[in-house]
Amino acid sequence: MGLCEVITGKKKFHGGIAIPHCKNTAQCETIKMGVPEKVTIPMLQHVGEPCKVLVKKGDEVKVGQLIGASGKYVSAPIHSSVSGTVTDISKMVCMNGAYVDAVEIKTDGRQEIHESVKPPSYHNDAELLELIKGSGLVGLGGAAFPTHVKLSPPKEKVIDTLIVNGAECEPYITSDYREMVENSWNIISGIYILKDLLKAKQVLIGVEDNKPEAIKIMTNIANTSGKIDIIKLKTRYPQGAEKMLIYALTGRKVPSRRLPMDVGVIVMNVNSVSFVAEYVKTGMPLIKKRVTVDGPVVNNPSNVEVLIGTHLSDVFEFCGGFKEEPYKVIMGGPMMGVSQHSLENPVLKFTNAILAFDRKTAESVKKESPCIRCAKCVQVCPMNLLPLFLNASSIRRNTAGLKKYNVMDCIECGCCSYICPAKRHLVQSIRLGKVLLRKEES
Amino acid sequence: MAEKSDRKLNNILMMSSSPHIRSKESTRRIMADVIIALLPAVAWGTYYFGPRVLLVALVTVASCVISEFICEKIMKRDITIGDLSAVVTGVLLALNLPPAIPLWIAAIGGIIAIVLIKQIFGGIGQNFMNPALGARVILLLSWTQHMTNWTNPRMPAAADTVSNATQVADAVSTATQIADVAYSVSSVADAVSSATSVADAVSSATPLIYAKTGQDVLGGVARPEYLDLFLGRVLGSIGEISVLVLLIGAAYLLIRKVITLSIPLSYIGTVALLTWILGGDKPFTGDFLYHILAGSLILGAFFMATDYSTSPVMEKGRIIMGIGCGIITVVIRLYSNYPEGVSFAIILMNLLVPLIDKFTIPRAFGGESRIERHN
Repeated sequence: MGLCEVITGKKKFHGGIAIPHCKNTAQCETIKMGVPEKVTIPMLQHVGEPCKVLVKKGDEVKVGQLIGASGKYVSAPIHSSVSGTVTDISKMVCMNGAYVDAVEIKTDGRQEIHESVKPPSYHNDAELLELIKGSGLVGLGGAAFPTHVKLSPPKEKVIDTLIVNGAECEPYITSDYREMVENSWNIISGIYILKDLLKAKQVLIGVEDNKPEAIKIMTNIANTSGKIDIIKLKTRYPQGAEKMLIYALTGRKVPSRRLPMDVGVIVMNVNSVSFVAEYVKTGMPLIKKRVTVDGPVVNNPSNVEVLIGTHLSDVFEFCGGFKEEPYKVIMGGPMMGVSQHSLENPVLKFTNAILAFDRKTAESVKKESPCIRCAKCVQVCPMNLLPLFLNASSIRRNTAGLKKYNVMDCIECGCCSYICPAKRHLVQSIRLGKVLLRKEES
Repeated sequence: MAEKSDRKLNNILMMSSSPHIRSKESTRRIMADVIIALLPAVAWGTYYFGPRVLLVALVTVASCVISEFICEKIMKRDITIGDLSAVVTGVLLALNLPPAIPLWIAAIGGIIAIVLIKQIFGGIGQNFMNPALGARVILLLSWTQHMTNWTNPRMPAAADTVSNATQVADAVSTATQIADVAYSVSSVADAVSSATSVADAVSSATPLIYAKTGQDVLGGVARPEYLDLFLGRVLGSIGEISVLVLLIGAAYLLIRKVITLSIPLSYIGTVALLTWILGGDKPFTGDFLYHILAGSLILGAFFMATDYSTSPVMEKGRIIMGIGCGIITVVIRLYSNYPEGVSFAIILMNLLVPLIDKFTIPRAFGGESRIERHN
């Protein structure tokens, strides 16, 4: 039959870096964390319009109850992950810097399920899309883009390929890997649901070749069902970046400032796909998340199933606490994750890892020294940009230069900052450059 | 509640923009790699020309490091002697000087390289031409007789020739002074270059003189064999004579990914091609192998033209730079009064680097006209 062959990716993207994998938790089976004493659920956990709070102080809420919604299309509803009492509607700073409402709930530990949660039924694509919208699903790979928007391309865009992203190229994180090992059947059922919805002709699952067990398991299952190809990718950061992944799997290049749908592709994270299958079965909205808890100061690195809204301090506590005071805490991977100002920040829908670093690891990000024009940043940039000139233009607030060097094409993967021998804050300056250019253009 | 927020404020965690990890690469590490790669050439120079070479290297390195320190103190900049870049400049400068160079000239060379070419223009990464080469050229124009005295200090037998050479060179430099007085810039240049070639011829020094004059025997000394050139049993600058030890150092830099092959290959390739076409009595009969092995081409192509600050950032630009260096080198070697043109070629191309960078901005991944291709 030839089905057992593992296909290797077609194209190698330009640049990229080899970084330490640090996948310490790869063999850590997911453990369920109990219900914390209280949770904080912010009203912005996605790209788009923040939700309005639908409950008020003193209300009783149950698991799966809708507590935040927005009338806007690009948004995702927010549900309670616990049963208990709303103690406060406070304000908090979100990851993108926005100042939004957050619902604080004191849990009662009973985890009573709300009456709206029941196995859904649907008869056509429109109803399925409505269901996915109601589930609160956002891109779980970390981008947090509302899934129902991604799954509704305009009519003129023909989607022929569904790509399932299991590359997981960031160091430390193993939550996608655990999903492939533990819930592979869910992923496959999710793929069938989405493939029918999108009318896609082919499905490609991309996995980096440092995860042979995941490749083996997924290949075995895909063989019995057919029409799904598992594609082994070279382990190279940022292999899991959307544009790089599409290029590696199909040889198609997503044009500058366009979306994957412009080349007939939709990319979904393995966890998102798996959730779709789960939701269609049970009707339980997105209220929990597998989180890789790791870092040099964590006592027991593990993969934990966490209720959304649980404070980071509770999650670290569950993993045996700290060996020493953490100096830096990161939500997401060390290359693209966001550093947290407080351990009282909650776990969000798209949180795939929380990492705690000691002073030594964190301070490898040293003081800048002058650029020596070694061009290593040019050699590693997967988008073929010139980070050193973007850096210079950004510092001088030279918007013409930023435009000339294609600042908007930067995917902020961090390769340039990582490799820079002068330790220049290249990505940071490029981010500022984007803001500068946007301001000027508007 | 108030208590809690206080605790939050006091325990605020370290925040920074991603990425949160960095590689072990550092400027100092790169510079240390370059120094390691240059050590074989220093060692061979010391063996062949005697321990005086070490003294010259010590003087240039000390001069570079001290001038960098003083300069940065005066200019109130961060002191960067710890990044070892001044040491690299010092070693490279020593390798580009004749072994019998007076130490005070070597010291002035270090000052010129660091103060005039590097620090005044902004320090590391900002210099517009290679500091060591710029200093070498200024020394050559200022003290031509010393800079073209190619005698081997270890061989007393050559003493006669030396004094001869010095006398002639002296005479020529007098000529230079006279020309100077004549206020004619072009005649000064002429005098200088003839000084160089005459001095060269008399001390019958560098192998390139044979190529220049087309003679097989000069001053009773036969043209060196390819093997002598390859191993470094010839006269010349301290670090340029042995192709073998230079290639060992270059291989180290390539393995450590400090340099890429674009510039050296395109540079040496261009020189080979053009000297083969134009270097002989008839077209396509030139002795290109001799032109590759003799002179400072290997030193220049692998160690000087690849200098980060003064070479293009894109591989495409680097190939353009290599070809440009090759053309200028060959033109000088074959058609000017100078026997050697590597230094001039590299510093001239250094000046074009901003322009080359400007014209080789790459197309971003998925950029420009590729929009319609897939639909």
